[in-house]
Amino acid sequence: MGSAQQADTGTRPSAGVLQANTVGEGEMVQLLDAAGARRQDATFGPYVDALDADTLRGFYRDMALVRRFDVEATALQRQGELALWVPVVGQEAAQIGSGSAMGAADYAFPTYREHGVALTRGLDLADLLKLFRGVSNGGWDPRGVNFHLYTLVLAAQTLHAVGYAMGIQRDLAADSGTEPAAVVAYFGDGASSEGDVHESMVFAASYNAPVVFFCQNNNWAISVPFEVQSKVPLVNRAAGYGFPGIRVDGNDVLAVYAVTQWALEHARSGRGPVLIEASTYRVGAHTTADDPTKYRRNAEEESWKGKDPLQRMENYLRAGGLADEAFFDQLKIDGDELAAHVRQATLALGGADIRDKFATVYAEAHPLVAEELAWFENYEASFADAGSQTSQGGAA
Amino acid sequence: MTTMTIAKAINEGLRATLANDPKSFLMGEDIGSLGGVYRVTEGLKAEFGAHRVMDTPLAESGIVGTAIGMALRGHRPICEIQFDGFVFPAFNQITTQLAKIRTRSDGQLSAPVVIRIPYGGGIGSIEHHSESPEALFAHTPGLRIITPSNANDAYWMIQQAVACQDPVIVFEPKRRYWLKGGVDTDNAPADPFTAQVVREGTDATLVAYGPLVPVALAAANAAAEDGHSVEVIDLRSISPIDFDTVEASVTKTGRLVVAHEAPTFGGIGGEIASRISERCFYSLEAPAIRVGGFHMPYPVARVEGHYLPDIDRMLEALDRAFAY
Repeated sequence: MGSAQQADTGTRPSAGVLQANTVGEGEMVQLLDAAGARRQDATFGPYVDALDADTLRGFYRDMALVRRFDVEATALQRQGELALWVPVVGQEAAQIGSGSAMGAADYAFPTYREHGVALTRGLDLADLLKLFRGVSNGGWDPRGVNFHLYTLVLAAQTLHAVGYAMGIQRDLAADSGTEPAAVVAYFGDGASSEGDVHESMVFAASYNAPVVFFCQNNNWAISVPFEVQSKVPLVNRAAGYGFPGIRVDGNDVLAVYAVTQWALEHARSGRGPVLIEASTYRVGAHTTADDPTKYRRNAEEESWKGKDPLQRMENYLRAGGLADEAFFDQLKIDGDELAAHVRQATLALGGADIRDKFATVYAEAHPLVAEELAWFENYEASFADAGSQTSQGGAA
Repeated sequence: MTTMTIAKAINEGLRATLANDPKSFLMGEDIGSLGGVYRVTEGLKAEFGAHRVMDTPLAESGIVGTAIGMALRGHRPICEIQFDGFVFPAFNQITTQLAKIRTRSDGQLSAPVVIRIPYGGGIGSIEHHSESPEALFAHTPGLRIITPSNANDAYWMIQQAVACQDPVIVFEPKRRYWLKGGVDTDNAPADPFTAQVVREGTDATLVAYGPLVPVALAAANAAAEDGHSVEVIDLRSISPIDFDTVEASVTKTGRLVVAHEAPTFGGIGGEIASRISERCFYSLEAPAIRVGGFHMPYPVARVEGHYLPDIDRMLEALDRAFAY
């Protein structure tokens, strides 16, 4: 595996790496073409050359699992078991590739669509559905998996990510034994227009924070096309902040993995932030409440289906003899098992208890919260006295 | 007991925090070499280094947003917002993120960020430099809001805010930065989230906080000359509000006047009036009366004297209460 040092001192930067002082449209890094044939790249190729067949199959496996999970979650929403679902179809390579590049000590700050990244961080995917079933606004302990809670006010999390990276720097300064780590800040082309993304890049550059800005440009912010957010590739912005930018084919899991490795090594080794723009496509709707037929053309959707990230990797694995039919058969079984687990776990979730919500507003005792909880308990008890059922607050 | 100004007391409180808590640090605009536009952080960068006293880019959302991230990593950021009217670029980070992280994580995460905001008018300044936006934050569950009115509280409250596991906004009464008072650096005062009776009386209760506490005390002294015994309460904490202390006082006096610089409509005074009306209905001799700013953007400096509650406005309100 190529080290960051090698990557940085190459005589000629790879196509796709925009150095900080370069302005202009870079080519996309691609290690698998649309048909699944391997392409060479002096800078990023070595990251993939170092991988064994098991790891390569693992990339495909994770992409297939999260797609199967997505189908199940969509079905749960259609069956009335989830209030909403945010599909990830089409973006599996961008998420599995970047998430797989992260080390255990690295930390991810997702938006609300990073189900694939969650899988790579070791999260039980059923935990993601607590939010969409309305029983929690989070659903897991981020500290266990270094995967922060979903953030719905888009771009707010990019500042948290930079702050967390600055916290890593403070820990390193206080104790040189601290494990070097980097943070990945996920956001999309829509969120890139938010001021917090700008401020996060200003802070990251000023303090040389170990953060990788990972933008999944899926071309649509609900119904608004990318052209309304930016007239040039988002990667061009990196030059303005003074750090490297890389544009990568976001449907090529190998390329995404390689560029993210490069960027994480860059960040971990104290050389500051990197912006990655992964070009991909939101094949499905923004959410299950959306209707893409109202704002985009069928032909566009069809053209992107030809760039499917799973098909491309499957072609590569089959052509190279890296995976046999038994692998794909078993994966289908494993996917169905995951889906069954997610369904079972979701249906087994109890309702939320508003008493717990009183208890989690503040960390320390709070007289108003205590007073209102006491009132609520009395109010509830009044129903019990009358021999009727506990009030459900109209939410039943 | 040492005598110092409120600004110096905050400075000493921050110094003690930086010395005692290695995870704590200051961040904000112009707080390093300059020592802050009000010199509240003067000398701290020289003493603790740029690592502990960080000059930040000019971006309030960035200040609070990165502070949240650092707090999630276990650090103790103390942010300075340069002026009250400049907190709004950070309003989203404070209200949708900082205030909600505890709830969002079902109680698993804490973001103990402290935000210092100089607030209030009376300094003859230009637009955005004299506002009192505390009610906007008090309306947000998940935040704690305190405001000192004297040097001793100023010294201790900042340290207590940093020690608190919840996010705390400390509103600093900027026109009182140069008000001197005794500071007992050995003995911490009461819980910062409680109110204090600062002048005892029997005929009416006058509640104020921050910059208006000295005005309220002066009004009570003037009322005494007219034969009225006015009890003055320094609210100290705006969220939570110590209604018990106010209730005990109003139960005794039967009359309540609440004063703040912020507009009365939708303000802290209305909240106190409502709660105390419920709790003290049979003790009240008069309706609760509010004294505050008018329903207009904070006015130009040449007329701010008409906008800010002064001794006469408080006496007029007390007279109305006594008229029942």
